[in-house]
Amino acid sequence: MSENVARRGFLVGGAVLLAAGCTSNEPAAAPTSAAPAPAPAASGNDQPGTKVTIGFSAPAADHGWIAAIAKNAEATAKQYSDIDFKPVEPTNDINQQISAVESLIAAKVNALVILPNDGQQLNQVALQATEAGIPVINLDRIFPDKLAYRTWVGGDNYGMGVAAGHFIGKQLKDKGVANPVIVEIQGIATLPLTQDRSKGFADALKTYGFSVTAKQDAKFTVETGNQVATSLLQAHKKIDALWNHDDDQGVGVLAAIREASRDEFIMVGGAGSLNAMKEIQSGTSVLQATVTYSPTMASSAIKLARLIAQGKGMSDLVENQVPQSITLASETITKDNVEKYLALGFES
Amino acid sequence: MSEPTTKGPVAGSAVASVSRFGLGEMRHLGLLAALAILVVVGLVTRPDNFATASNLVSILSLAATIGVITVGATFVIIGGGIDLSVGAVMALASVWATTLATQSYGPWVMAVCAILVGTGAGLVNGLLISYGRLVPFIATLAMLVAARGLAQRMSDRKTQLIQPENSALVDLSTQRLLGVPLLVYIFALVVVLGWIMLNRTTFGRRTYAVGGNPEAARLAGIDVRRHTMLLYALSGLCCGIAAILIMARTTTGSSTHGDLYELDAIAAVIIGGTLLTGGRGTIVGSILGLLIFTLITNLFILNGLNTSDQLIAKGLIIVIAVLLQRRNLKERAP
Repeated sequence: MSENVARRGFLVGGAVLLAAGCTSNEPAAAPTSAAPAPAPAASGNDQPGTKVTIGFSAPAADHGWIAAIAKNAEATAKQYSDIDFKPVEPTNDINQQISAVESLIAAKVNALVILPNDGQQLNQVALQATEAGIPVINLDRIFPDKLAYRTWVGGDNYGMGVAAGHFIGKQLKDKGVANPVIVEIQGIATLPLTQDRSKGFADALKTYGFSVTAKQDAKFTVETGNQVATSLLQAHKKIDALWNHDDDQGVGVLAAIREASRDEFIMVGGAGSLNAMKEIQSGTSVLQATVTYSPTMASSAIKLARLIAQGKGMSDLVENQVPQSITLASETITKDNVEKYLALGFES
Repeated sequence: MSEPTTKGPVAGSAVASVSRFGLGEMRHLGLLAALAILVVVGLVTRPDNFATASNLVSILSLAATIGVITVGATFVIIGGGIDLSVGAVMALASVWATTLATQSYGPWVMAVCAILVGTGAGLVNGLLISYGRLVPFIATLAMLVAARGLAQRMSDRKTQLIQPENSALVDLSTQRLLGVPLLVYIFALVVVLGWIMLNRTTFGRRTYAVGGNPEAARLAGIDVRRHTMLLYALSGLCCGIAAILIMARTTTGSSTHGDLYELDAIAAVIIGGTLLTGGRGTIVGSILGLLIFTLITNLFILNGLNTSDQLIAKGLIIVIAVLLQRRNLKERAP
């Protein structure tokens, strides 16, 4: 075989791939959940102030939730003429995220918003930032060392479980079900956040005298949700309630439920994706509620970073400074209030 | 464990028939015994719902996607290669087929698109390996990374839902014939066609020859490079078909589909008695290996046991299977 043929082979290969259809996702996606417009503030906090540079670093997970985090942060930053927004390339590699944050420190930004891939592993570089005089706003995954950040803002994993437990507990109580079969599909089981969610769920159910019959872990992806749900539906011929921790994997869970044509139970989701909201809105689905863990927290983190960098407090509170820690409540979205939430739903 | 070269050009096919009817049979007995043990465990622990038609169907539906890929992987590994890119290529095919532009043409075009993308990626692997002289491990590793990246780019890391007007594709998993989802029939068809190709055609014989002793195969007049290229294209084709099945099952295309499939497929093929060095192996063995894995998953979930123990069990099974094979080989050593 001569060099020539080899090269032609390459061209043929390329052509086949191209012929397979040069398509892309050009058509504009549905209107996305733009960050909520700044709420009218009593104290004029939203009036342009000192120009501040805000650095932003987050993971690049293949997950609608994380995608929404980055999008919300950017959209909120754009709403303020006094914010110079500096996001770094998202990455799932700890090493890369550390050097990205280091580059932001070197650029002397006025505040840093960091959602670390792993709080423990990024703790050191967050400390460096704080020591360099840059306030760190820690988003969601917490740094173990309180010296490493100025303010933490994030969701309430335990509270999510509690909200889901109460919704299911109340529904079953009202129906008068004794000894219900309650099934739980978790996300990645090894994560502390997953363990918190399960604990909250179990604790809330306990107040009704119920307990979880079976739980299995998926991996936050559609496919794993589908596989686990398929098997669980086999294992339990009659289910009264199902809580799936995560709406992204919920797409796969719902597909498995449809495939098995089961509808004897109520299902609750988690996180609050647009898909889940539409499913709840339809009123024809087993999915009757989802408990939020909303990526709007990224919008709030940017607002907090701006206030901290400008030395302002939160206008609705008495204190002159932003609080040290803000835990967002997990809200329960049902058919009755879904309208209010549609604008905040994120796309899987 | 390569074949002694003194056997001449047809060594490959001679060995193949030995493995198919002598050794292979013995090993299949071992696999069947393992399956039987698992079935007994299932009957004992969950007498109420293990041996039901619906559980069997669910096991087969779970196995279908990875099963189709395993058929392609069996060819590649018998041919002396390895394909690490299977999961990523399947993900790419599923994403490409579910882009809005492709979806606007309807379910048939989506299916054809998935198959073309899969085959195309496989062909690129094959060209790199056969004519670019890259080591299969390296070339397909590069494809694994690149195909995932392209899938992420294309989908903007979002899960792409199949639009309601294309729900015909989802029917593959929801519609049933004789109580069995259509996609299980597709899986069965791929297995049967794969078996025929491997055991009853020149292409199959050449695959054994190329994997067993490429030099002898070349002297026997086989175009080894071309054949190797076709093997990877075939593996890619299987990934394209698997993409259709995963789209039907999950109602989505996503860059996260097929995570770690390459390891599952390779494990199934190895447990099934195919040598990683090539030249020996069977489709039936690979599918039995895969069923053992799927059955373990099913048993663990039916009994509400946790995933971590599942992984330990699977690891042990791989080691035990390979140790048993080695003992078999020793006994049969000339």
